[in-house]
Amino acid sequence: MTDMTAPGKIAAAPAPPRAHPLRDTLIKRLGFGVITLFCVSILVFAATQLLPGNAASAALQNTATPARLHALEVQMGLNRPAVSQYWSWLTGLFQGRLGTSIVSSTPVSTLVGGRIVNTAVLVLLAGFIGTVIGVALGMLAAARRDSVLDHVLSVTALAVTALPEFVVAMALVIFFAAVIWHLFPAVSVFPPGAAPWSDPTLLVLPVATLVIVIVPYTFRMMRAAMIDALESDYVEMATLKGLSRRRVLIFHALPNAIAPTIQVVGLNFLYLAGGVVVVEYVFNYPGLGQGLVNAVADRDIPVIQFVVLLLAAFYVLVNIATDMVSLAASPRRRLPRS
Amino acid sequence: MASTAALEVLTTAGRRRARRREWLAVLGRAVRTTRGAVGLSIVGVVVLIAAIGPALAPRPADAFVTRPFDNPSLAFPLGGDVLGRDVLSRTLAGGWELLLMAAVATLLGVAAGAALGVMAAYFGGFWDSLIMRVVDIVLAFPQLVFALLLVSILGPKIWLIVLAVAISHAPQVARVTRAAALDISERDYVRAAQIIGMPARKVMRREVLPNLTSVLMVELGLRLTYSILVIAGLSFLGFGLQPPAPSWGYMINENRIGLVANPWGVLAPTLLIAALTIGTNTLTDAIARASLGVGRGADDALLPGITAAGAVT
Amino acid sequence: MTSNTDDEMTGAGVTGDDDGELRLVVENLQVLRAPSRGREAVDVVDEVSFRVQPGQVLGLVGESGSGKTTMALALLGHVRRGLVIGGGRILVDGLDILGLPQGELQKLRGRRIAYVPQDPSSALNPTLKVGTQLREVLDGFEGDENARAARLTEMLAEVGLSTVPGVLDSYPHQLSGGQQQRVGLAMAFACRPQLIVLDEPTTGLDVTTQRRVLETIRDLCRSYRVAAVYISHDLAVVAEIADHVAVLYAGRLAEIGPSREVFDTPAHPYSRGLLRAIPSLAEAHVLVGMAGQPPRPGNRPPGCFFQPRCEFAIPDCERGQPPLALVSETGHGARCLRAAEVVALARTAEARTARAAAGPAAGVSLLDVRNLSATYGPKTVLADVNFVVPGRRCVAVVGMSGSGKTTLARCLVGLHPAWGGDVFFAGKPLARGIRRRTDEQLRRIQYVSQNPYASLNPRRTVGQIVEQPLAHFERLPVGERYERVVAALTAAALRESFVDLYPDQLSGGERQRVAIARALILEPDLLVCDEVTSALDVSVQAAIVELLRGLQAERGLSLIFITHNLPLVRSIADQVVVLNQGAICEAGPVAEVLHSPKHPYTAQLLADVPKLETPVGGA
Repeated sequence: MTDMTAPGKIAAAPAPPRAHPLRDTLIKRLGFGVITLFCVSILVFAATQLLPGNAASAALQNTATPARLHALEVQMGLNRPAVSQYWSWLTGLFQGRLGTSIVSSTPVSTLVGGRIVNTAVLVLLAGFIGTVIGVALGMLAAARRDSVLDHVLSVTALAVTALPEFVVAMALVIFFAAVIWHLFPAVSVFPPGAAPWSDPTLLVLPVATLVIVIVPYTFRMMRAAMIDALESDYVEMATLKGLSRRRVLIFHALPNAIAPTIQVVGLNFLYLAGGVVVVEYVFNYPGLGQGLVNAVADRDIPVIQFVVLLLAAFYVLVNIATDMVSLAASPRRRLPRS
Repeated sequence: MASTAALEVLTTAGRRRARRREWLAVLGRAVRTTRGAVGLSIVGVVVLIAAIGPALAPRPADAFVTRPFDNPSLAFPLGGDVLGRDVLSRTLAGGWELLLMAAVATLLGVAAGAALGVMAAYFGGFWDSLIMRVVDIVLAFPQLVFALLLVSILGPKIWLIVLAVAISHAPQVARVTRAAALDISERDYVRAAQIIGMPARKVMRREVLPNLTSVLMVELGLRLTYSILVIAGLSFLGFGLQPPAPSWGYMINENRIGLVANPWGVLAPTLLIAALTIGTNTLTDAIARASLGVGRGADDALLPGITAAGAVT
Repeated sequence: MTSNTDDEMTGAGVTGDDDGELRLVVENLQVLRAPSRGREAVDVVDEVSFRVQPGQVLGLVGESGSGKTTMALALLGHVRRGLVIGGGRILVDGLDILGLPQGELQKLRGRRIAYVPQDPSSALNPTLKVGTQLREVLDGFEGDENARAARLTEMLAEVGLSTVPGVLDSYPHQLSGGQQQRVGLAMAFACRPQLIVLDEPTTGLDVTTQRRVLETIRDLCRSYRVAAVYISHDLAVVAEIADHVAVLYAGRLAEIGPSREVFDTPAHPYSRGLLRAIPSLAEAHVLVGMAGQPPRPGNRPPGCFFQPRCEFAIPDCERGQPPLALVSETGHGARCLRAAEVVALARTAEARTARAAAGPAAGVSLLDVRNLSATYGPKTVLADVNFVVPGRRCVAVVGMSGSGKTTLARCLVGLHPAWGGDVFFAGKPLARGIRRRTDEQLRRIQYVSQNPYASLNPRRTVGQIVEQPLAHFERLPVGERYERVVAALTAAALRESFVDLYPDQLSGGERQRVAIARALILEPDLLVCDEVTSALDVSVQAAIVELLRGLQAERGLSLIFITHNLPLVRSIADQVVVLNQGAICEAGPVAEVLHSPKHPYTAQLLADVPKLETPVGGA
């Protein structure tokens, strides 16, 4: 309202019943997240209903006679209405019954369990290392804008960010594993049940590939965000107040570059969830991505359903986490004026 | 009054100039920069190779003409591939489908995404929420995984891949377009059109959309790059164009085992794909700079997209 | 560039007697746009010289494009990206800050020279608490922890923030505009600087807050014996606060002298032009605009920059920059070959042309608003608004931000359907939203909005923009449409050649004229103008206001003119309605309401408006 009275009171004076935008947003987002996952599960399930033929015929393939087909259908419950199939599948998921692979007849949970851990290690390592390098380089380039370093980094980032992952993977294999040097294994296979970190050399190339793929993107976003902050009015004001350049950079510019940073970190993890597929395939790394590729090749529907749903859940969670953290880092959105 | 008006039009040089279509002008500006020129030439070269390659190929792409992983020679400048086919011919013939699929998928995706984004922004309220929720759902799939899901069910059909990639582009484009269109819908010239009672469809088409040109151009460029990456990736995994038809992505995979013997089976298509995507990315960056002003690039075009993508408040 | 006028120039801006120590001496300051490939260096500001004594305020006046903000920053030795300081000296108590290395300069800033920003909402860091940002400045303060804490409390009291609870723990966005500006002032005065540069600190504040902030500034300057440079485009504000004034045009000083003298007897044709364009609260003058626009850096004519627009121009004016000519012993001088004549003209006390009385109103009222209430979601924005707009009359709607005036405009034109009550247009009821109005109503009520930079579609030519309403309602052959477009443009004082131009080739004033032409093409009876001149320079504003008055007389138009600028109301309107927080507190003929207001709110507003006629030091 107008500033009619003398200095006056602050609009949002700290009075007892205070809105909790953080908590409210979290609840809202979680709610939407659940609905989204629900819709995704319906979509995933419905997609499989599009199969010409059905899961039973896919399982039996050439050995299908009408009688055996019918028997298998009854056994798999495929003669029930679609909705009830969906429901038992969904409730089964929550009870740990993840289904049975058509191809190997082993429970999906056995197939997938170890793979989840392996992929998680890859994603976390690559995500962390890549983010740190990208953010650091981005801020460096922004602070030394238009210098030679900045130009070199920017042009390199522009080029590398456009490369497909399999190209990066192949390049690393050519350089470090197969053709030029032989420092690391070209293939990262380890016995099932072993922990991925049991032989770190197996991890180096896959992680390096993923890192190389996400660093340029992170770099560019951070550089842009930092430049935005450095060119802002408040940074100019801080300089005019006589603060040292160091203080201006660290206490004034940096906190305002955090929100975009968080977004970028979130996007990186989201990207990795998909990017890991090709990398695992190239290096034969026994993770979720490779599992998915195999399942797709074999038309192993239950496995595909579960993995896709798992990835979707990961996506939704990362999105929510990103939103919440960036909300927490932004006082303007966290504490609105009443 | 008239004399005041006369004085008002103080002539500064070049005040009247013909104005071409904006996208052409932006493209022209972009291409005149180093980045733009470099990007355009690289893309041009690769497109040329892919387009007329099939006609230039010395041998049929699926003919077995030499030993597997034969070394390069005069007869076979790039040597033989895993099954003894001519690498050069396969490389020349293996690009046009990738390009075509990527182009179509991009156009479809951007068109759908832009339409959704503009509608969400203009109508607001219920439609906005509905469209954005649907967008969220589709965005819950990584692009590659979405395509894999569909392929696993219906098989690696070309139209399916194009459709899958297009659908997975639409949400991101919708988000960015929505953010830009929201900004524009608030402008007074849109109100001026509303005031005389112009119907909503007309207002969107004539007032809002033309001002989204530069945003859409940048998105086209970015999405094209991604389309190529995803489709080549699918090919690499074996879910794209099926053998024996030549495709760059698949060639890279199938010739992997002979990397030490004859690297060209892998190198040739790799270099071409890499060049193509680097070219499109560089050109897109030049376009973004040309439309936003000096010193800024696609990062700044993306930045609002990030902050828009992050919070659908 | 002549430099033999150094002595004359540095003599200016200083009063005769009190020739004590000079706090600030600026000599021949030049700021250039740095050369880049294909472009040479171009000066943005040049040959600027003035002096300020301790405890005195120098007002630096200029319209947009004059280089004011560049000047403001340069006084702290700072330039924005793409600019460099080309030459000159800035002496603060004898020390040339332009000669200092960066580290030394940084130590001076905030402590001996301080800056108050124009827009505190963007100048305060949104992620740091107000207390943190205040304490940062005190790091350079002499003394220990306790001394600093005491100083902090003192500062808050001085700027009037000590009564506001929890200020130090708040984030900037939680404070109001006025409070944010006070924080800016506190930061500037914290270390008791010797020089303060204030860059339009009250722009964007409503009139009453502005009055308070100005008083605070004046008190602080006096008690600290600070030399202040106050930069503004608003001459009335400068009249209230500055002892001396310097007028900046196209990067050069056009005139400088004691402010009362400069305002009463301007010596430069540009200053004179400005003063004739400014509306006065006391009387309804005809506002005289200045044709043309200031030349941009790189496009400046040879000789005097103002010469192409100047009514006093003689051939000699094209022959080089005129030197500063002193017209009195008080240091009042102007860069004009005919300065003495200009002053003489002013001394003959030519009164400004008073506005002729308006013709008879049409008998029946055009717009009859009864019990209008409007809501934004759950909030009531307008409550029970009643007024009448007679035919051929201009009704001004005055209010500060938050008063609901823009909502009122939008309800009347149909953009905001969430209103209740009865509105009758030409006797017939007006529907709430655009969809339900008749074609005739849509044609006869037109709207011009505030922002000239957002009201025209950048992708269309002027011709297409103006034609749009016509094409929507009527099917006419191309030739006839073109004629109507040209007629509308002519009515808005634009030549036919504008038809093919794009908005980005036009100035702010020209764009507003295009918006007006677009509104006129359907020959409406009622024009709703929503702050149409608020974003324009005062000389351009004058021209637009006169244009609207002219149109009103010629075409029998009625106007609803929405504004926050009370002096402007005096010059343009016949009736006035005063809105406060959604309700009308007073309405009536302009002369009556502005001369003897009945409602305390109106009286307060009138008292708080800065007046050009004020004697220096405030009323």
